[in-house]
Amino acid sequence: MSKLGIVLAFGEGAIFHAGDNIRISVRSPIGHYRVPTYLRGKAGTVEAVIEPTGIDNEQEGYGRNAGKKFHYYRIAIPMTEIWPDYVGSPRDGLRIEVFETWLERI
Amino acid sequence: MNTADEGHDHDDGHAHPHAEIGQSTPPGYYEIMETAVRELLVERKLIGADEIRRQIEVLDSRTPALGAKIVARAWVDPDFKARLLADGRRACEELGISFYDDTGLIVLENTEKVHNLIVCTLCSCYPRPVLGLPPDWYKLKPYRSRAVSEPRAVLAEFGTIIPDDIEIRVSDSTAMVRYLVLPRRPEGTELYSEEQLAALVTRDTMIGVVPATVGSGSAGQ
Repeated sequence: MSKLGIVLAFGEGAIFHAGDNIRISVRSPIGHYRVPTYLRGKAGTVEAVIEPTGIDNEQEGYGRNAGKKFHYYRIAIPMTEIWPDYVGSPRDGLRIEVFETWLERI
Repeated sequence: MNTADEGHDHDDGHAHPHAEIGQSTPPGYYEIMETAVRELLVERKLIGADEIRRQIEVLDSRTPALGAKIVARAWVDPDFKARLLADGRRACEELGISFYDDTGLIVLENTEKVHNLIVCTLCSCYPRPVLGLPPDWYKLKPYRSRAVSEPRAVLAEFGTIIPDDIEIRVSDSTAMVRYLVLPRRPEGTELYSEEQLAALVTRDTMIGVVPATVGSGSAGQ
């Protein structure tokens, strides 16, 4: 509950926050969704919560455009986490927006 | 939509013979599908020819000159820059640039410690409201796959050598948000006007494959 006593609906508030450690889910549902295969199973951290919320794209892919809304998160993943033989600075990294349903807390 | 002219310089100041512009190969699978779907939608009165033409005009009205204006404003106006980095879309809307595709915009600032690069590994997501259509190489698989796996090698091919003490951040655009790189203001431009600065800002500087320099852009010609 906020200072004003406002209660948010489920999904309205972000459940991850900047600095949280996460892993991107390893799933292969049927349909159109926007999580590149090369990042599934990779660990990273939440850099920022992206506003506003968006429709669940796994549902939207089937035309259910009134589906649940959740947040996208800007996720930071070290290049060395993605590519074990990465050539460059160990601080080099990838940034990507990932929908809440694809993130697991670690 | 015909994008074959992209990157073709028509202001090169000399006349040269052109091949006739025409359909030399049979239309491909997706071209035929696009035509069929478009004609069906028009026939069923779900959309009209005017709406299609209007959308093409919307796209044609977006060019890297808009992005250059945003970057130059950020270079001369620290308050605008702060708003731009906090909420890219809202700051662009301040300048009258609409987001007809309802995407968000995150502006990524290049600094002496961080170099940003943008890509869309899944397709060709691009900050079209502020840059227009993407270059062909941005849409092709070699750039899309290599930008995220060996960004330093890709940058080197563009002539951009990033020292190892500068961190590279590659932003992969996937869904709701588009990215625009805010390049570093070149040294020696302290006396430049906002317009002169905008002339240094090319499309490629805002994708992050090259830095802005005093010799880049229309100012260098």
